[in-house]
Amino acid sequence: MNAADIPFLPRGVRVKECKIREGWFLLAPERAVKLDQVGAHILGALDGQRDFAGVVAHLAAKFDAPVERIETDAGKFLTDMINRRMVEVA
Amino acid sequence: MNVPLKNAEQDMRAALARTPVPMAMLAELTHRCPLKCPYCSNPLEMIRKSRELDTETWIDVFHQAAAMGVLHVHLSGGEPASRRDLPELLTGAREADLYTNLITSGVGLTAAKFADLAERGLDHVQLSIQGVDGGTADRIGGYKGGFEKKMEVADWIAKEGIPLTINAVMHRQNLDRLADTIDLSVKLGARRLEVAHTQYHGWAYKNRTALMPTMGQVKRGGEIVAEARERLKGTLVIDYVTPDHLADFPKPCMGGWARVGLNVTPEGKVLPCHAAETITTLEFENVKDRPLAEIWDNGDAFRAYRGVDWMQDPCQSCDRQAKDFGGCRCQAFAWTGDAAAVDPACSKSPLHGEMRAAAIADGEVQADEFEYRLM
Repeated sequence: MNAADIPFLPRGVRVKECKIREGWFLLAPERAVKLDQVGAHILGALDGQRDFAGVVAHLAAKFDAPVERIETDAGKFLTDMINRRMVEVA
Repeated sequence: MNVPLKNAEQDMRAALARTPVPMAMLAELTHRCPLKCPYCSNPLEMIRKSRELDTETWIDVFHQAAAMGVLHVHLSGGEPASRRDLPELLTGAREADLYTNLITSGVGLTAAKFADLAERGLDHVQLSIQGVDGGTADRIGGYKGGFEKKMEVADWIAKEGIPLTINAVMHRQNLDRLADTIDLSVKLGARRLEVAHTQYHGWAYKNRTALMPTMGQVKRGGEIVAEARERLKGTLVIDYVTPDHLADFPKPCMGGWARVGLNVTPEGKVLPCHAAETITTLEFENVKDRPLAEIWDNGDAFRAYRGVDWMQDPCQSCDRQAKDFGGCRCQAFAWTGDAAAVDPACSKSPLHGEMRAAAIADGEVQADEFEYRLM
């Protein structure tokens, strides 16, 4: 991920809370991916405005965590989602 | 603290014994369709328009499904656009907070109708193609001008930015064009391609000598997919399952009976899979008579083959039982008369050799005439 990339959920991909399963899911064509806390917060930070650096800064401030660690974790997670065509970058 | 090692098999059995939460519902809104594909997955005896569930009942079913934990609804048919209330049904499904997938032939949609569906929040479209050129595709679908129409519909989908899956049912008469099918999917902007080998139930079974691929075709098909998957990583996801009779182990049909998904027919019968009515020893309940959740949890047809306790040998003692769930119940019933038997697609089935030989023989028949689907 480059700092200036703006990751976003494309049309047809959305996050939903499932009350029955008590968890968050990423819904995509023919797929439902159960999200852990970290994944749900990363995707929750994608607002179509923040670039990757902004997403990292937002999460680091929110969780009072080191920027380097957030950068590594969020970068890995988003790259995987991009390869599965569930996240796109502008 | 001394924690005993958990027994993985016991865990698995305990998980399978609990009633699972369904992920997806296939809503067969209608059996009506302008196409006449000779492998149609609808039953030989189709439901007429007068017996279809009305708008309010379908919308109620969507809300019931969502309350049970269903995440995806597949609006299917027949051709779902044959229902004039498709827009209202889509809105109903979205208001129930379901992820909506329209499974369509494209025929029956217009630019204005499609724009309306997009506006109402349609999440995903699965568009079928019968071939990669008008001549072949229209002959297979039994509908002149169908191919051209599909190309137009794919264009509308791309313009709306709605994700597209191409569904290509493959058989002897189009499998040699698999590479072109993949190219066409990329050209149409699809994110996914389902290379769906024909499942030989119902109409397809009737037409098996015209449809069954040769061994050579299937082998080549597998190689083409493997190459394309690597080359198109990040562009096109390709779903592909080896045809049953050429596999050593059966496919995990439906991800296990009554475990992941359910199907509601045009008249409201609730099935564990779309072909389940071919198992004539089972009776299926209707959403008009009983709440959906009760049918899922306690309906006889759902409990019959849920989990692993119903299994006989070779399944009962097989270490693959939680991987493939003994394969397809419908196929087991069709071949043995007992839906609890092992699927003959499994190499451990005594009928495996016979099934394989029959499929190979069907593939060698040089008869391309179809018996088209009729209402």
